[in-house]
Amino acid sequence: MTAETLRPTPPTPEPVPAEAGPPGRRAPGRRRTWRQALRRDWQLYSLAVLPLLFFLIFRYLPMIGNIIAFRRFKPGGSIFGEYWVGLRYFRMFFTDPTFWEVFTNTLVLGTLTLLFCFPLPIVLALLLNEVRARRFKRFVQSVSYLPHFLSIVIVAAMVMQLTSIDGTANQLVRLFGGDAVAFLQQPEWFRTIYVSSEVWQTVGWGTILYLAALTTIDEDLYEAARIDGASRLRQTWHVTLPGIRPTMVTLLILNIGSFMAVGFEKILLLYNPLTYPTADVISTYLFRMGFQSSNFSYAAAIGLFEAVIGLVLVLSANLISRRTVGTSLW
Amino acid sequence: MVTLGTRRDAPQTRGPVDSRGYRIFRVVNTVVLIGVVIVTLYPFLNIVARSLSEEAYIIAGKVSLVPRGFDLTSYKLVMSDSMFWTNYRNTIVYTVVATLISIVLTTCYAYVLSKPHLKGRGVLVGIALFTMFFSGGLIPNYVLVTSLGMKNTIWAVVIPNAISVFNLLVMKAFFESLPTELEEAAAVDGLNTYGILLRIVLPLSKAIIATMVLFYAVSFWNSWFTAFLYFDRQDLLPVTVYLRNLIAGATSAESAAADADKVQAAATLQAVTVVLTTLPILAVYPFVQRYFVSGVMLGAVKG
Repeated sequence: MTAETLRPTPPTPEPVPAEAGPPGRRAPGRRRTWRQALRRDWQLYSLAVLPLLFFLIFRYLPMIGNIIAFRRFKPGGSIFGEYWVGLRYFRMFFTDPTFWEVFTNTLVLGTLTLLFCFPLPIVLALLLNEVRARRFKRFVQSVSYLPHFLSIVIVAAMVMQLTSIDGTANQLVRLFGGDAVAFLQQPEWFRTIYVSSEVWQTVGWGTILYLAALTTIDEDLYEAARIDGASRLRQTWHVTLPGIRPTMVTLLILNIGSFMAVGFEKILLLYNPLTYPTADVISTYLFRMGFQSSNFSYAAAIGLFEAVIGLVLVLSANLISRRTVGTSLW
Repeated sequence: MVTLGTRRDAPQTRGPVDSRGYRIFRVVNTVVLIGVVIVTLYPFLNIVARSLSEEAYIIAGKVSLVPRGFDLTSYKLVMSDSMFWTNYRNTIVYTVVATLISIVLTTCYAYVLSKPHLKGRGVLVGIALFTMFFSGGLIPNYVLVTSLGMKNTIWAVVIPNAISVFNLLVMKAFFESLPTELEEAAAVDGLNTYGILLRIVLPLSKAIIATMVLFYAVSFWNSWFTAFLYFDRQDLLPVTVYLRNLIAGATSAESAAADADKVQAAATLQAVTVVLTTLPILAVYPFVQRYFVSGVMLGAVKG
């Protein structure tokens, strides 16, 4: 178990703020002024300075930098742009047919990814959970985690080799008497290739949290279900699945949060002008707008739009799940 | 070894005798899982086979699992390309420097966040958490890094991704699980906060630090996009971008394959480069896998 390598974390909720005083000193009242807090804990605060600078400069400054979506930006000029242009760039992309094409592609690819990459780890975890031979189970786990550790470039290279004219996919096609297909040149194949490679890379690793949740299910529940005459399948349905529901909901919310950002890097490596009709998504489109057409403000406007949708999605998913199933991220 | 999800002998206790349907299920299940293993491993074996095969067999579409017409020419070509080794060395340097910086920053912040009595702690946590769900985006980041003069320097790949919030939460959860008595005793003995962190907390945290080192090292080793974005000079690139350029056909490893048959270069050189880039990860994977798993679980408790 993990306890051998790491100190077990007691699954306690957030620590109670009032309980722990500073080492060796009596905790004064809970309401301390900032002056007192600083005098007492300045060494702790000093440790936070560099990380805080990191967050402020490299995370929050770019958020403010999105202001160039509303301003004229000159490369080499101020990072906050030159003068206000209002919603010009937003109107530009709202009336840009290509934008709506990539918007649709994003939704389709995001939905397909969610449809496959969210449930399949649950299925695999349930299957693994039924394995009695521990060595075999461990072996399957180790192998299935492996693709998670590969660089996206390597995965893309593997995809290219497998789908090339002389690759495995076409060997199969020929085996069944078909003609070789240039899969990566065909828009109608892109979604299949993309989603399969996502499944290949993420499903094994995705089982970890479910397998962990499965170990926490109370054995007595199975016992009770069995006495009630529940079959194996019914036990899975009525005991196992409810047991891992919090994990499922949490991961679903997180998945929805990354819905808009569908595999930008992988698509960038795998797509080409021939497959743009299905492969081009918001993030790759804004990448080309920014770096090939040097239209930074336009690209920033699209990026801001995408980020806001992502935020709204995660907030609403969180809210809905808190209202309906009582599980939420915060 | 990690044996996640192994409720000891659990399936046996779930029924006195397996029903016939369940016995059939177990056979099917084993077959399915063997299928998962094969599907997972096939691309690796395929690419190794292709990297070792003679070009003619590959073009004829005859290579799947076993190398045909054993041929090391492509390995020699790639390994004699000095740019490949320069880029490989860059990867190592970037990974080491970036991991060091990341570990120091993450440890400091996680330790601060793990102190429940600290005034303003909620704000400090919130500052980190919010960035998980909203980010400035590609363009403003690029403008910022460029205007800071970090383009074409190691800092462009090392600093902007120094703290991963997920890793931060894992580490915070770990620090919160440490018993407070030790630190209190150390404080009575007159150690200040820095002393407590360095001499009491860190020695207790070796396992979690090892996990964090692995998390960060793998992500920096594998990253390519920041380097692709910020480096104009080929001798600065990490090996991932070398491979990216190879598959994008941008450079066909000029120095190595200029006179070789162009088509050959494309197919096997890719395979060889993939093998050479993946090898270090595959070599350490069996030994470090459990740290990754335990790290993810620790993060999940609080995450």
